[in-house]
Amino acid sequence: MKVDDTRAAQKLIERINRCSIRPIRLMEFCGGHTVAILRYGLRQLLQKNIIMSSGPGCPVCVTATRDIDKIIELSRKTGVITATFGDLMRVPGSFSSLQQSRAEGNDIRVVYSALEALDLARQFPDRQVVMVGIGFETTAPTIAVSVLQAQEEQLKNYRVLSLHKLTPPAITAILKAGETRIDGIICPGHVCAITGSQPFEFISSQYGLSGVVTGFELRDILLGISMLIEQIIEKKPEVKIAYRRAVQPGGNTKALELMNRVFSTASASWRGLGVIPESGLQIKSEFEYFDAEKVFNLSQIETHEPAGCSCGQILRGVKVPTECALFGTVCTPDHPTGPCMVSAEGACSAYYLYGGANG
Amino acid sequence: MCLAVPARVVSIQGKEAEVELSGASYKTYIYLTPEVKVGDYVLLHTGYAISIIDKEEAEQTLELFRQLEGFSQDES
Amino acid sequence: MDKKVLLSHGSGGKLTHDLIAGTIYPSLANPMLAQMDDAAVFEINGKVAFTTDSFVIHPLFFPGGDIGKLAICGTINDLAVVGAKPLYLSLALIIEEGLPMQDLERVMESIKNVSNETGVQVVTGDTKVVNHGSADKLFINTAGIGLVPSGVQISGTKACPGDKIILSGPIGEHGLAIMAQRAGLRLKIQIESDCAPLNSLTAEMLEYADSIHCMRDPTRGGLATTLNEMAKQSQVSFRIFEDRLPIKEAVVSACEMLGLDPLYVANEGKLIAIVNAEKADDILNKMRKNPYGTESVIIGEVEAENPGRVVLQTRLGALRIINMLSGELLPRIC
Repeated sequence: MKVDDTRAAQKLIERINRCSIRPIRLMEFCGGHTVAILRYGLRQLLQKNIIMSSGPGCPVCVTATRDIDKIIELSRKTGVITATFGDLMRVPGSFSSLQQSRAEGNDIRVVYSALEALDLARQFPDRQVVMVGIGFETTAPTIAVSVLQAQEEQLKNYRVLSLHKLTPPAITAILKAGETRIDGIICPGHVCAITGSQPFEFISSQYGLSGVVTGFELRDILLGISMLIEQIIEKKPEVKIAYRRAVQPGGNTKALELMNRVFSTASASWRGLGVIPESGLQIKSEFEYFDAEKVFNLSQIETHEPAGCSCGQILRGVKVPTECALFGTVCTPDHPTGPCMVSAEGACSAYYLYGGANG
Repeated sequence: MCLAVPARVVSIQGKEAEVELSGASYKTYIYLTPEVKVGDYVLLHTGYAISIIDKEEAEQTLELFRQLEGFSQDES
Repeated sequence: MDKKVLLSHGSGGKLTHDLIAGTIYPSLANPMLAQMDDAAVFEINGKVAFTTDSFVIHPLFFPGGDIGKLAICGTINDLAVVGAKPLYLSLALIIEEGLPMQDLERVMESIKNVSNETGVQVVTGDTKVVNHGSADKLFINTAGIGLVPSGVQISGTKACPGDKIILSGPIGEHGLAIMAQRAGLRLKIQIESDCAPLNSLTAEMLEYADSIHCMRDPTRGGLATTLNEMAKQSQVSFRIFEDRLPIKEAVVSACEMLGLDPLYVANEGKLIAIVNAEKADDILNKMRKNPYGTESVIIGEVEAENPGRVVLQTRLGALRIINMLSGELLPRIC
């Protein structure tokens, strides 16, 4: 459904810019939105009174250093094939990274899908294939299905290391912390394709803020921003869906059912936000055979956080990447200090790669 | 978040489906969208179909946008 | 029977001789090579261009080509983009023991085909066989010699503000074709590598040699990386117009799915030419008449401000900086 919406987009931008508003702050929770907004150059094109800040919606960026260390340790175990999404390869742990672990000779495969990890398990029955499960509610159901597929097929060597996290608790944590005045939230379109918009209604009902669920095409983001501004001007905060072709208020019930069949909620450690109860997913005891945490003895090695890294504050929307002392000098995509500079959706990486130019 | 692209379902065999996007084809699974039919569009994320795209809503969004092209200067 | 290349094929004795005579020479047959001396000897008059490249691609065979085609085209293209007419090549093979003989034959056949098409001959070479695990099936090194016509001075340092930037065709095909072949990826795409020899294209472009300031082929790291290299070399900035970039829809979709940016995906049959604005249209028309340049397009212009910077003007008019590729190009989920 490729459409040239350039002219319509320009008109909508003009219309948005014609609105007379006090400065308002919109937070895009999701890393995909951060990248899209920067790629389209929307910060440059929208009026100065619309201030966009990025939230902690990048699953790689919010993965705690300890968890990165855990994955690296796993990758070094004899007989293990570590299957990971590409996003994690270059993220620095306390002392190493998956990329370095691979250079040491450990078998680490970048996969596009858990389906490939299942294929690997079938192909190498004498090896343990561990799928590293990162991602929010968009990805967790797919990993859950992979566990069910493994169970159906009686695969003896497929395991999952679940580092999945849930979105609403993170938004709650940011709003509770109140470190930054937000007027509206651009809600994650693909998370909501699974969860629906209902789990996000607390944004307006409890915190009196506006929220719009929107997609990632230019027209979707602009419509979303336009709807948010309208709500804010009219002082009628609600959580609405702009991405109606993919999102229902109740979400994808089948996906939620399968996700909840395999996973239960647990507390999780978020970079930048600390430990948040009921914000992570762990594999239920019924499926513990597939749980890499239970199968492998992963020791509690001491974690070492990189000095001077502002990822935590950036993830909470308190600082922008350019305000970090290490940005662009010590910390660049080629030699990243923290995960926000590695992940393509990390705010720092997005700013570095897609940052505007004068003129 | 999370990259998901629309793809058209060209065939279904049990829980497996072949989807197509601009000439590329991918063999995915429809555990998360069991009610999908051939010809539907799904959102493909990490190799799985995670949601069925509502064609009418898709058209409505496009229409909304198209109307903006004829947006007059006087409207505020 | 499945014949394989063995360590003994590389020992220098009769088996080596048989391998070379039976599988390698027949594809390359030419008078200079037939001399079988330790070195090729020839006379050459003029300004010489000399380049080398090694090829370690995996998989060896992919839609649109293989390591052999790549090895010859790659070195021919490096000569072509400095304005040289490629003359002779060297070909060094490092074969991992166990490589099916059939694969080696296929690779040699590809090399023969490009050599015949372009008239550029392999006049000297070397063959080694290494232990299993010491090379990934087959590594190839080629070096090439060409002649630069007198008066032709094409260099990465010569871009001037006001120049136009021409790209010879759609980007992102080679890298995607390789990625889709990656074991395990269940994606089938109708995209072939664009691997192609560009010497006939550049030969025709040299009619306007005085107006061509720089040329380069955007291979690893994609268009973005090469543009950055050129901008830094010439100490100018480039403004590229997003809506003029030629990218096939199939490439856009596959990149979206995998989370790749086509600007960073490798190409093997494209060139960038930075030319005097006055002659840009003429050069463009000339390029479009060559089979390897039919989709050439002016994608941007050279500016003086912010030397070393490459900027993309989006279809909405916003500007964003395009950097070189960082790290590996990997599929991502977010």
